[in-house]
Order: sequence, then C-alpha cells, then structure tokens
Amino acid sequence: MSATSAAALFRRRRLKSVLWIGACGIFATAVAVILLLIMGYIVREGISAISIPFLTRLPRPTGISGGGVANGIVGTLIIVGIAALMAFPVGVLVGTYVAVYGHRRMSQWLSFLADVLAGVPSIAIGIYAYTLLVEPFRHFSAFSASFAFAVLMIPLVIRATEGAISIVPRELREAATALGAPEARVVLKILVVAARPGIITGLLLSLARVTGETAPLLFTAFGSQYWELRPGQPMAELSLQIFTYAISPYADWHAQAWGGALILILAVFVLSVLARLSVLFGREGRGHGGTA
Amino acid sequence: MDIENSPRAGMWLARVAVPAPGASALPPVQPEAVAPAAAEVRVKVDIRDVDFFYGKTQALKNINMSLRDRRVTAFIGPSGCGKSTLLRIVNRIYELYPNQTATGEVLVDGQNILASTFDLNAVRSKIGMVFQRPTPFPMSIYDNIAFGIRLYEKLPTSEMDNRVESALRRTALWDEVKDKLRQSGLSLSGGQQQRLCIARAIAVQPEVLLLDEPASALDPISTQRIEELIAELRPDYCIVIVTHNMQQAARCSDYTAFMYLGELIEFDETERMFTHPREKRTEDYITGRFG
Repeated sequence: MSATSAAALFRRRRLKSVLWIGACGIFATAVAVILLLIMGYIVREGISAISIPFLTRLPRPTGISGGGVANGIVGTLIIVGIAALMAFPVGVLVGTYVAVYGHRRMSQWLSFLADVLAGVPSIAIGIYAYTLLVEPFRHFSAFSASFAFAVLMIPLVIRATEGAISIVPRELREAATALGAPEARVVLKILVVAARPGIITGLLLSLARVTGETAPLLFTAFGSQYWELRPGQPMAELSLQIFTYAISPYADWHAQAWGGALILILAVFVLSVLARLSVLFGREGRGHGGTA
Repeated sequence: MDIENSPRAGMWLARVAVPAPGASALPPVQPEAVAPAAAEVRVKVDIRDVDFFYGKTQALKNINMSLRDRRVTAFIGPSGCGKSTLLRIVNRIYELYPNQTATGEVLVDGQNILASTFDLNAVRSKIGMVFQRPTPFPMSIYDNIAFGIRLYEKLPTSEMDNRVESALRRTALWDEVKDKLRQSGLSLSGGQQQRLCIARAIAVQPEVLLLDEPASALDPISTQRIEELIAELRPDYCIVIVTHNMQQAARCSDYTAFMYLGELIEFDETERMFTHPREKRTEDYITGRFG
C-alpha cells in the first residue's frame, strides 16, 4: 500500500471513530440530562413536603394539614420484606440449578419460563394474585401484594443468580471436584460463594425494581388510611399512596405525592448504590491477581 | 505387573536439592538425571486402549501408556493434540461435561477407574490436579488448604493447623503467607496462588499429581519456582505435567510423551526423546519445524 493511500485510510478511520464516539457521547449526555431533570424536579417539588411529621404521621383528609405517610413507608417495608422472603430462596435456588445443570432440558425450560415471566406486565401479575389470594378470601391483603411482588422478583433473581454463577471460572468447579468434593459441596461452598457479590447485586436490584411498582397493588394491598401491620389485611403502601394522592384534585395531596415520590426515589437510589458496592467489595480480593 | 521399587534416583535428588538462587534459571538436563530403566520403576497408572470423544468427535485414539511412580512424565505436543484431554481422563474430571466419553481402561494401582462402578471420590482423593489458571477458592488461605482435608478427615484444630502448615511448607509458601492465613486466597499473586493450589492438592495426601500447564500463566521466576517444586515433590508422587514448553519438559521430566492429532506418537525417557527421537514427527516437533 502506498504512503498516500495509507494516510487516507487512517484519516477515514479517525473520522469514523470520532463520529461514532461523538454519537455515543451525545446520546449518553441526553439520557443523563433527562434523568437528572426528572430527579431534580422531584427533589424540588418533594423536598418542601418532607418533614418529621410527614415521615411519622398517618394520612389526614384533604384540607387538614400535617398528614404523613408513615403507614405507607412501614407498609412498603412489610410487603417488600415478605416478598423478598418468598422470592430470594426460590430465585437463588432455581438460578443455581439452571447455572449448574444448564445442559439439562429442565434448565432450558426454566430459563425460558423465567424470561417469559420477566416479560409479563406487572398488572397481569396483580390480577393473578387477586384471583389466587384475594377473591377466594373476599378481602384485600398485604400478603397477596407480597405474593405478586415475589412473582415479579423471582425471574429477576433467577437471571441474576444464573449470570453470576455462570461467570465463575469453570476451573474452580473442576478444581473442587478434582479434590473429591461431593457435588453439593462444590456448588454451595465454591460456586455460590464465588458468585455471591453478583447474586447480592441481583437481589438488591430486584428489591429496587418492585419497590417502585404500583399496578399489582391496586387489587391486592389496596391501601389503607390506618396503621395496619397484619399481612392478612389491606395495607398502605407508599407508591399506592402516591398514586391516590396524585390523581386526586387536591393541591395539598399533590404536594404529599411529590414528597412520597422523593422518598421512594431515595430508597431505590440507596438500594442501587448498595448493589454497586456489593460488586466492588466482591472484587476487592481479586484485585491483585497478577503474576509473581 | 512388576512391582519393584528401585532406590530413589539419588543423583536426581542431588541435582535438584541445591537450586542455586543466583544461577541460571534454566539448568540444562544433565546426563546423570536420566531415569533408571523402566523395569525398575513401579507403574502407578496404566492407560490401556483409551479412546476419547467430545460428542461424536474422537479426540484420543487408542492411547497406551504407563505412568511410573516417583517419576515425572511430561505430555507435549501442539495445541489440540489431546494432551490435556488425556490428563483429564486420569481423574475422570471430564465427566462434569455430559457429552464427553472415554472408553478403554485406566488402571490406578491395578484398579480400573474408568469402570462405572468405581467410586469417583475415592479415585479423586488419590489423584490431585492443578490447572493452568490458578484456582484459589473464594475463602481464606487457611481454608483453601483445609477444604480438601475436611472432605476426608475430621481433625482437631491443632492437628489441622499442622497439616495446613506442612502443606504450605512443602510448597515453600509458608514463610510468605504465615502472617496472613486468614486473608483471602485471591489476595495472593498468580505464582503464589498456583503454589497454594499445589499445596491444596497435596494436603489430601494423594499419590498422583496431574499438572495441566501449571506454569503457562506465570512469569519466568514463578515458573522456575513451580519447576523446583515439581523436582521437590518427585520422590513422593507419580507426577504428570502437560506443557507447551519443550524446555520445561526437558528440564523437569523423566519421561516424555509426544502427542499429535489425538495419537500418542512417541513415549520414551525424556533424555532419549530429546536426543534420539525415533519418530520423524517427534524430531520435527522438538526441533521446532512444526507445531
């Protein structure tokens, strides 16, 4: 190749590279700006609603100042907590099975079903929970909401667990097996432990995902104006309260909806940061894997 | 089978016992290091008529070979020739993958471990394996060693401490890690991790050691340490090493097997193999004309 055509080639490559990287930069900035605008707007609107009474008091009727969302915050914790208790063991165990026995027909089916389940609209899952746990008992309940959330979380946890385990180097499994370790011990003490940071990240992200869900709650938890801690009864939930307040015609309720939204976003933000940190801490020990 | 234990090769020991630290990293093979005649050394692993398949693809064709106790056997050959595959048959680790099958016999101390009735954990307790990439478990240095021991023995703490220490001393790792036994095995350097894996393998007191390119991911200094360690362990084990590096095979083995396209082309004492190969293909390979 002559010198001039080589120079032309390199010029073309540089131009292409600049164009592509430029395009990536522009879209990345656009997305970040939109996100920051939304966050900024929620903070601006919500910050004035947040106060100690807002966090510690029950809701009050419109026109009476000093109402809070304390029952919604506690209700969210209870509903999401019970959902996690149901979804984590199932999801982690199924994900482990799929990752370890990926070649089996059963795993391929489970994997496929998890994908399908992950794509089902949350409102449909709400109806499912309603049919199964509300209708037969003739009343709404927090537990039915937890069940709906668990169904939403399980495919996410399966996928995260499967992904985390399948990137564990296969030599690790071989090394433990070569020592004569029985399969159960290889899986539980080596594979799952090696994959722990990734699994924890998946669990936290699944929590973050359902914490913002509203649709399944409409016909499961239903909402409540009172302190209700029994899972068998209708219960207040933060995103549900935001929904109710936001579609009301009252200005004071609108302000409270913004406050609730801000709390919700902060909670999801904290969960996401924790998920990030769990990955970082998991990697820490592996940072010096060079030679010599 | 002729089971006659020769006195250990004293000259070999004399040679490797003094790894002069300042000296050249790569001591040439010396004539006196040649192993005694085959008949004098006990056969530990006897590979008979072994074929191996990945799905329907045949990867090994009618392999016959005897691995001798207290000796080092090297498998050499170009990539994809089947040397790692052959190694992975000796402890049946290939069985983790459902489409891999082996036929024939692998006799360890006269027992066919390929027989489906054979207890896999029993065979694996006798056969340690070390991989190309270091594989420290995600646990402390101490627990990495204790993990294997706990599979077979329930020891009081003090005894376990002793076993861990002696495994780490054996691999010359003790002085480097004795103050951080509770730290993660992943915090060690690559060379240290590999010695940790060897320590872990010998801590369960195996009789055969399978080393699958144990030094190819390491720098020259770490490689030299591993080679010294192989020489150090030689008097007590039947060692098999797969290597891409012919100098390494020449340096650390008594016997060498040259494999090509799934066949065992030539198997002989290392000394003779590297000076007077019988096969043209062996000569071409070790002189670098292909591969």
